[in-house]
Amino acid sequence: MAKKILLDNIDVPGLASFEVYKQLGGYSAVEKALKNLSPDQVTGEVTKSGLRGRGGAGFPTGMKWGFIDKKSNNPRYFVCNFDESEPGTFKDRHIGQLNPHLLIEGMILGAYALGARTSFIYIRGELFYVLKIIEKAIAEAYKNGILGENILGSGYSLDLYCQPGAGAYICGEETALLESLEGKRGNPRIKPPFPAVVGLYGCPTVVNNVETIAAIPWIINNGYEAYSSIGIGNSKGTKLISACGHINKPGVYEIELGLPVQEFIYSDEYCGGIRNGNELKAVVAGGSSVPILPAELILRTTTGEPRLMSYESLSEGGFQSGSMLGSGGFIVMDHTTCIVKNLLTFARFYHHESCGQCSPCREGTGWMEKILHRIESGRGSMKDIDLLVNISKHIEGNTICPLGDAAAWPVASAIRHFRAEFEEHVKLQKCPF
Amino acid sequence: MTEFSTESLPIVNRILKQYPEGKQKSALLPLLHIAQAENQGWLSAETMDYVASLLKIQPIEVYEVASFYSMFNLQPVGNCVIEVCQTGPCWLNGAEELLAYFTDRLGIKAGETTPDGKFTLKTVECLAACGNAPVIQVGTEYFENVSKMKAEELLNKWQLENKISHTNPYL
Repeated sequence: MAKKILLDNIDVPGLASFEVYKQLGGYSAVEKALKNLSPDQVTGEVTKSGLRGRGGAGFPTGMKWGFIDKKSNNPRYFVCNFDESEPGTFKDRHIGQLNPHLLIEGMILGAYALGARTSFIYIRGELFYVLKIIEKAIAEAYKNGILGENILGSGYSLDLYCQPGAGAYICGEETALLESLEGKRGNPRIKPPFPAVVGLYGCPTVVNNVETIAAIPWIINNGYEAYSSIGIGNSKGTKLISACGHINKPGVYEIELGLPVQEFIYSDEYCGGIRNGNELKAVVAGGSSVPILPAELILRTTTGEPRLMSYESLSEGGFQSGSMLGSGGFIVMDHTTCIVKNLLTFARFYHHESCGQCSPCREGTGWMEKILHRIESGRGSMKDIDLLVNISKHIEGNTICPLGDAAAWPVASAIRHFRAEFEEHVKLQKCPF
Repeated sequence: MTEFSTESLPIVNRILKQYPEGKQKSALLPLLHIAQAENQGWLSAETMDYVASLLKIQPIEVYEVASFYSMFNLQPVGNCVIEVCQTGPCWLNGAEELLAYFTDRLGIKAGETTPDGKFTLKTVECLAACGNAPVIQVGTEYFENVSKMKAEELLNKWQLENKISHTNPYL
C-alpha cells in the first residue's frame, strides 16, 4: 500500500468534527510549530521537503513563501485557492468535504510562517455545501482556541474566513482570485508585481492550493526528510489524482509520485482498468488544459521507458510526445470516444470561461469552438484543421494569464496526435462515432 | 426585494466583519448570493442597487460583477433551476443524453423556463465532480451519477413538492 499523507483516516466516520480530528492526532503540528518553531523554521521545513504547488503549476511552495515582501509595513495575507474548476479535477472537494480541519491546520501553519493575521479560503460558489462544512469546522477551531486571539497561548493570533466565488474558472488564477476576493470581476492582473509583493488589498499575499496546504501538517509533524524521501526526482511526496472517464473505478486516489501510469490505470488499487474491457484510446493526465496523449505515449515515453506519474516523467518529450502532471485531473477515454467531440466540449469550456481582457483569448477561444463545431457536425474542410493549429499558436504565450495557453494546448495536442480522426470527419462529412 | 430578510441580516452583518476596515466591497459576492436567493433566484436592478447602497459603492460596480459570474441570473428564472454539466468528463459519461432527457421531459431548451414557471433548464461548465459523472446541480445541492432513471425520480419529486432552488445558501 502506498503511503497516505492526505487521505490517511479519510474513511473515519466523523472526521470532519474537531473531536475526531483531534483524537487522531490532529492539530499536533500547530502545537509543535507555535511552541517550538519560528516562522522561518516552518518555511524552512516546507522548502526542504520539496513540496510543489498542487493546483497545477508545480511551483516550489517554500520558494513561493520566500518571496513574501518582509520589508513592507502592510499586513500580510495567506489565501487558500479552493476554486477547483479545471475539468477532470475533483480532489480538493474531497479534502474540504471530508477533512476540513486538515485544511484549517495547514492554513494556520502557512499563515504563521508568513506572518499573516488574517486568512481566507476562497471556494468556488457552486460548492456552498462544502463552504458550510468548512465554516462549521472553523467555528469549532475558534471554540477550542485553535483560531482567534493568542492561539494555544503562543501569542500568535489568526482569523480565518471562507469566501464564496460565483461561477468563474478564471478565479483559479491567483491574481483573478484576489480581484474576486476584493469584490470585483475576476480579471487576472499583469505580473509583476507578484502577489507576494502586491496581493490582496495591495498587501503582500501568498495564494496556495488546498492540496498543497493540506500536506503541510504532515511535513511539520514528520520532518522534511520524511516527506522528501517519498517520490522520485524533483517530484517529492504524494499527490492526489482524481480519475474519471471510462475507467472501472473513478475516484480520488493518493499516489506516491513515481507510480507507473500503467499500474495506476490497470491495477485494482486505483482505476481498475478500462470499462467493459474496452481498449484505452487516450488520456488527459493533468486536467483539461494539459496535452492529450494517445495510449502508447501515456504508457511509455518515445524512448520506451515506462511513463511514471511524476512532474518530470509526464512532461518527458515536451509537447511533441509528452504532457504534464498539472492538477492531477486524470481523464481516461476508451476506443469509443470521439476525440473531436471531446475537444469541442473543452473548447466551449475555455470560450465560456475566458475573462475577455486579452483579444487572442477572447476571440480565439470562440473561433476554435466554432471551427470545431463545424468539423464535428460534418461541415468542416481540411483547411479548418490547419486554421485551428494556427489560431492556437496565436493564443499561446500572448495573454496576461495562462488561460490562453490552457485553451490552446488541448487543441494543438489533439491535432498533433489524432489528425487522422479530424480528417475523417471532413472526408465523411459527419462524425464517424 | 427591497431589503434583506430578518433571517439573513445577522449573516450579512457577520460577513461584513470578515474584511478589514474600508474593504467591505469584498462582501459583494457573498451578499449577491443571498440577495439573489431572496429575490426569487435572480438579480433585478433594484436588488443590485440595494446591495450597492448597503456596501456604499456605485451601482455599476455591482452590475459589472453580477454580469461576470455565471451563477448570477440577470433575468427571472423558474422556481427550480436545473443545471446540467456539459464539459468533457460529464460528456464522456452521458451528459448529452441527460440534457436531452430534461429538454424532452420539460418541453424546453437549455436557457428556457417552463410556461408554468416551475423549472428553468441551464447548461453549466465543469462542476468539479467528474468522478461521478454525469452531474447536475439544483440550488446548493449536487446530484451525481445521474442516470435517466434517477433524473425521472428527481423530476417527479420536485414536481410534486414544487421545489424551490433559490434558498439562502448560508442557511
